[in-house]
Amino acid sequence: MDLLYKVFIDPFVQMGTAPDLLVQTLWDGLVAGVLYSLIALGFVLIFKASGVFNFAQGIMVVFAALALVGLYDTLRRWGVPAGALAAYLALAVTIAVMFGLAFVIERVMLRPLVNQPDIILFMATFGLTYFLIGFGELVFGGDPKVMIAEQLGLPRGAIDIKMAGGFVSMQKIDIAAVIIVSLMVAALSFLFQRTRIGRALRAVADSHKAALSVGISLEHIWVVVWFAAGIVALATGIMWGARSEVSFSLQIIALKALPVLILGGFTSIPGAIIGGLIIGIGEKLGEFYWGPLLGSGIESWLAYFIALVFLLFRPQGLFGEKIIERI
Amino acid sequence: MLRELSVRAPTGPDVAAGDVLLAVEDVSLAFGGVKAVSGVSFDIRKGEIRAIIGPNGAGKTSMLNVINGFYQPQQGRIAFKGKTRAKMRPHEAAAGGIARTFQNVALFRGMSVLDNIMAGRTLKMHRSFFWQLLRHGPALREEVEHRLFVEEIIDFLKIQEIRRTPVGRLPYGLQKRVELGRALAMEPELLLLDEPMAGMNIEEKEDMSRFVLDVNDHYGTTIALIEHDMGVVMDLSDRVVVLDHGIKIADGTPAEVMRNQAVIDAYLGVAH
Repeated sequence: MDLLYKVFIDPFVQMGTAPDLLVQTLWDGLVAGVLYSLIALGFVLIFKASGVFNFAQGIMVVFAALALVGLYDTLRRWGVPAGALAAYLALAVTIAVMFGLAFVIERVMLRPLVNQPDIILFMATFGLTYFLIGFGELVFGGDPKVMIAEQLGLPRGAIDIKMAGGFVSMQKIDIAAVIIVSLMVAALSFLFQRTRIGRALRAVADSHKAALSVGISLEHIWVVVWFAAGIVALATGIMWGARSEVSFSLQIIALKALPVLILGGFTSIPGAIIGGLIIGIGEKLGEFYWGPLLGSGIESWLAYFIALVFLLFRPQGLFGEKIIERI
Repeated sequence: MLRELSVRAPTGPDVAAGDVLLAVEDVSLAFGGVKAVSGVSFDIRKGEIRAIIGPNGAGKTSMLNVINGFYQPQQGRIAFKGKTRAKMRPHEAAAGGIARTFQNVALFRGMSVLDNIMAGRTLKMHRSFFWQLLRHGPALREEVEHRLFVEEIIDFLKIQEIRRTPVGRLPYGLQKRVELGRALAMEPELLLLDEPMAGMNIEEKEDMSRFVLDVNDHYGTTIALIEHDMGVVMDLSDRVVVLDHGIKIADGTPAEVMRNQAVIDAYLGVAH
């Protein structure tokens, strides 16, 4: 009885008696969720257009962040004064670098492997991962770096909002992250739904040979999606980098995207967003209210557990396409 | 005025009706040790319906794949509108005016009928990406123009009621019709149909035959089709080329081909 009370009643009593803590937990969950969504989005973009699960998405995040910081340092050494000018110049060059990366990946990796089974392309992204690790270390060095968040104009500090006898503390950078990610997601959804390129992207996702036959060039589309995934990686790198530091260990956040993808479906942009929010909020609520029952530390596996339970009922994910095969 | 022309461009004036539109010369294609096509030559004249027939495994689909650039032949040349090309990729073939359908329907299953056929207009849309994002001004006008064209095709193929349905849910016969619609949306000069009537019942076959004839009549589109139903081939085509084991064994009018001993042997077998 006591256990049942602790599992089913007590947490909700706590929520009711201390609403400020509940709101704080929800907010933390929302922020984490938004960042998970962002990582998942990078996977979804590439999976939709080429059917490849891009193992390198995590390292692309690190690579983009390192490139940004590294270029900023280089510009400083060349005599550009520290501050917004150098930061935004570095950002522009980094975007160009990500485009270059997309272009080279298409040329060197995807084009020769066209029409190969998906597993081959998946393995190729492993190769890409290790190449980027080695190349990144060679160019930018192996030690952790500090993200140039302040120079990019991202706010610092926190806002405290009084409520119900306590207060909720929101980091300004988290608020900025939520806004920026929302805008990016809106722009990407619009791109997919409403433009000719979007129609071409969806067409390629559905059938390569049919897309080719109506004159859509797979090469262009692949450069576009890898570039878009690169931009998403850059945004992720800035946001995560600003909260901790920029180092190669950051790439494991890509693993956080897996439960999000399982939940949201590999092919759905709204799925990536909703999935990210469910995982983020679920994780924080679970950790805060139910965690003590299990001796805490459940945050690291709860996401996978939620995803597994989901798999039992909706194997295609929340928004994934249900595949009906003619037998 | 100019835009009007680019949207409703009639088929190119550079090749007159009856002239050779596409010439296949001595084309060979092999996959490893398997010869799919060996030394095949034939031509397709502007405005005709040209059938490619032959028993299973004769190399018919391989031939179409060579024509629209899916396969690169190891030997031989292909001249389209008088221009010989060394190597052409599928999207370049599409841009040049070659559209096709597939033996086992290849549609964008998750998209509606309308979006599928609109996808056929991809190459005809020129407004920049920026304007499309804004969905405003020239880009919006362009979208409307293309939409009108697509609605015409939908009317022509009598698929008005299903225009919003995702094609994955449609029965096979209708999917084939949508696929034809998407090819027509490209306003092709040469339309390649890979077994357009495969798996259809008599009624659907009659409908499809009528569409093929109408396309040829109304739009003056040159058509190359692969078909197994001899009745259909006899009724539709102006000239027939017969392949067997990757080799051309006959070429002529349907009546000539039917009387050809090599063709009869290929289809019925020879006593040894």
